[in-house]
Amino acid sequence: MISLEKAKAGIKELAVRIRKEMEGEDEIRLMHLCGTHEDTITRFNLRSLLPDNLKLLSGPGCPVCIIPDMDLQMVFHLIKNAKITFTTFGDMARVPFEGKSLFYYRSKGYDIRIVYSIFDAMEIARQSEKPVVHFGIGFETTMPSTALAVLDGVENFHIFSSHRFFIPAMEHLLSLGKARIDGFINPGHVSTIVGVKAYEPIKEKYGVPQVIAGFEPYDVVLAVYHLVKAVKNRERALLNEYTRAVKYEGNTKAQKAMDEVFDSYDWEWRGLGVVPASGGAIKRKYEEYDAMKVFEDVFKDFEAKEDARKKACRCGEVLRGLIAPSDCPLFMKACTPKDPVGPCMVSFEGTCNIWAKYGGYRV
Amino acid sequence: MCLAIPGMVESVEYPFATVDFSGTKKRVRIDLVDDVRPGEYVLVHVGFAIHKVDKEEAKKLEEMLAEIFIESG
Repeated sequence: MISLEKAKAGIKELAVRIRKEMEGEDEIRLMHLCGTHEDTITRFNLRSLLPDNLKLLSGPGCPVCIIPDMDLQMVFHLIKNAKITFTTFGDMARVPFEGKSLFYYRSKGYDIRIVYSIFDAMEIARQSEKPVVHFGIGFETTMPSTALAVLDGVENFHIFSSHRFFIPAMEHLLSLGKARIDGFINPGHVSTIVGVKAYEPIKEKYGVPQVIAGFEPYDVVLAVYHLVKAVKNRERALLNEYTRAVKYEGNTKAQKAMDEVFDSYDWEWRGLGVVPASGGAIKRKYEEYDAMKVFEDVFKDFEAKEDARKKACRCGEVLRGLIAPSDCPLFMKACTPKDPVGPCMVSFEGTCNIWAKYGGYRV
Repeated sequence: MCLAIPGMVESVEYPFATVDFSGTKKRVRIDLVDDVRPGEYVLVHVGFAIHKVDKEEAKKLEEMLAEIFIESG
């Protein structure tokens, strides 16, 4: 472990160097892509160390936040119309649609259980006569656990997959082009799975500098320093700062399990619209574990609606780095962690929730 | 969501292991990581090990930061 004194001194020195590099420069806009990075940045107020012409934007790195209302409505439709036990991670259970969340439905007597991992949900299925459906959410970091669960094959255990592949979203974000992004801080634990190699195509096609970073304050500040230098020198950099957890090839066993179980479909993301090849759908050969297939009769009369309560919610723009939470008229007024309107305020990885928790509203 | 926490492997009952997170013990899947042994550290995310923590690499970062520290006097 790095001692606290060393880390503090290192960060201070890096901040001085970053300021020196940025003197007299045009604005540089860097985006991180992971809710846990936003947590580190806001908790330790790292933005206060950076000069005004260096912006640190928050991107679509919160899997709970990017799941569109369509998926939520389908899940609610399923629990209301099928006799099942439904398992979910706690964060997801608080996301409202028309003011109602999975916690609300649980209070009405529906069998909804909060689990720490998909393996706990499988245990519930093994001891139950009823079908158990698990809400599969998360990026490449989480997807291998769902793949393992499918490959284990418990007969009455099914997955409602809202999984999304993250790498296609980075490319999509660049192709949308609305928010100027000069460099990316790539997500640490997505990278543990996909490896440095997964970012090579983005490097080749767009040339935007990328640094894979860990989650300690010094990891993030070091990544910012490398990115500033790369942007200034117009380098097509792809650096790995998080070498203690990320290899060039990534976790190949996990990749293999994912390849075996998931297809990639064009699925919608909140804020980003339809992202080509980003949807982690369960392959047809495993359809007996796919809740969409097993309960297809239940979904026959499903119709999606708009949530009128979310009209003023700007979570989608927060996810694209177009605005900061404090630019939303609802932030800390009609929308608080206790009574959230949109998922960015619900999830512990949501930028609005993180800003509300730690204060210091400065970009 | 993509939070992963390092813990020390206490015992292995393949494909599970009991991992100690500073006192809190949990049973986690280890079959996506090669050759996990008691005493080693793994990064755990939602109940499965995603990586074996590389002590050498952690040390390298420490040395690099120490260098910045020395340079800045």
